[in-house]
Amino acid sequence: MGSMKEIFNSLLLRELFKGMSVTGRYMFARKITVRYPEEKTPQSFRFRGLHALRRYPNGEERCIACKLCEAVCPAMAIVIESSEREDENGQKSRRTTRYDIDLNKCIFCGFCEEACPVDAIVETRIFEYHGEKRGDLYYTKPMLLANGDRYEKQIAEDRELDSKYR
Amino acid sequence: MVETLQQLLPGFLIPYLDWVLQLGQNLFGSAWSDILLVVWTVIKVVLIIAPLLFVIAYVTFCERKVIGWMQARIGPNRVGPWGLIQPIADGLKLMLKEVVIPAGADKAVFLLAPVFGFAPALIAWAVVPFDDVMVLANINASLLYIMAVTSISIYGIILAGWSSNSKYAFLGSMRSAAQLISYEVSMGLALVVVLMVSNSLNLGDIVRTQAHGRFADMGLGFLSWNWLPLLPMFVVYMVSIVAESNRAPFDLAEGESEIVGFHVEYSGMAFAVFQLAEYGAMILCSTMAALLFLGGWLSPFGFLPDSILWLFAKIFAIVCFFFWIRATFPRFRYDQVMRLGWKVFIPVCLIWLVVVGCWMMSPWNIWK
Repeated sequence: MGSMKEIFNSLLLRELFKGMSVTGRYMFARKITVRYPEEKTPQSFRFRGLHALRRYPNGEERCIACKLCEAVCPAMAIVIESSEREDENGQKSRRTTRYDIDLNKCIFCGFCEEACPVDAIVETRIFEYHGEKRGDLYYTKPMLLANGDRYEKQIAEDRELDSKYR
Repeated sequence: MVETLQQLLPGFLIPYLDWVLQLGQNLFGSAWSDILLVVWTVIKVVLIIAPLLFVIAYVTFCERKVIGWMQARIGPNRVGPWGLIQPIADGLKLMLKEVVIPAGADKAVFLLAPVFGFAPALIAWAVVPFDDVMVLANINASLLYIMAVTSISIYGIILAGWSSNSKYAFLGSMRSAAQLISYEVSMGLALVVVLMVSNSLNLGDIVRTQAHGRFADMGLGFLSWNWLPLLPMFVVYMVSIVAESNRAPFDLAEGESEIVGFHVEYSGMAFAVFQLAEYGAMILCSTMAALLFLGGWLSPFGFLPDSILWLFAKIFAIVCFFFWIRATFPRFRYDQVMRLGWKVFIPVCLIWLVVVGCWMMSPWNIWK
């Protein structure tokens, strides 16, 4: 009896019509396409995009050249060189002389951000950047600091939002 | 022809027309009528081919839109308003690309193969009746002509695979040639039933016979068309034309995503011509289905006039049906394609052939 039913169903193309009714319904369903440059999907405050180096409100850079980020970086994209210099209080402090991130190597895992004891290196929400030559994506310390200065407000807001989960 | 022109042209052009005709008469003498006939035929050919190429271009666009909608996307919308310039951009791109000819390829055949694929899809339009009177060549065996001409397109595929001098292209062409030949059998048998009931090989006559019947007299013309009494044949024919025009789910010929097809070695315009051939064949097959089973230019209801627009609407509906199928079904495995063709469709066709034969001999014959 079951096999008779099967033969009957297959002769009447039942399954096929079922499938076609699904696609037919979807033809008039709401479209989920995001028209990208005009529309954007919502971003998390933990979004990991372009890197930035932050400063304290008094203008001193946060990074203390502990090199934890360099050590934790799984892609070995970070290169740090450091030396001693005087900060604005006249005290001796350890600061970076070189802080490079090669974004060609970076995998945007966010480990550098996690490792940083002073919240100096962060990843911003910026993902629309590009380089026209290979070297363009090799970010040096002034470039990273400039990113930090430019997006500080957003970065601070995102850290604030994230702080209660830490 | 002169009368038609005089009717069609605006009044102020008539003196010019007369002047041209007079001039031709003076120049060529008795050969003038032959020349006029040739020119008139060429004009008609252009009037069929030019809109056809335009429609083929926009069918690709329509397909991408419809399949997009069925996948909850919006489809191409960047080039021009609602993406309407997209097919032109695609065509331009393909025209500007280099046609790479493989080192080991047979150059002449390699370049000829796309032509062999595309030309039959255009030639066949010569006998397609658009209206009660509108047909380029009203020959008696037009159905046979179409069957014969469209079969030539298989040569395009075989030659493409062979001349590429590549194993994959060759295997792909063997595969699709076998597929086309098998489905041509069931398609042909379905057509035999149609020509049996309409008692004619002329496409115009086949359409005209569908205008009569009990339902047509009641004003429900669409129930008198061949699709209802020959429903199994209609289904077989629809599936066969999908397979015949190498469309998903029977698109083993190209199988973009996993298997390699006969035109792997083609690029640029040579590749584009294969695409044109595919869509051209699709529109031709849809037209055939509209003429043979859906009453061509006949109107579905008695109170509406018959018109060429009905034919276009039917063709469009069938083409959309092709898109719908493509958006729905996964691709068949090759042995499944062969099994469906030989072990299902051909027996069904043969049985229905006998059934319809008996039906026509019986007192309940509805096709008298």
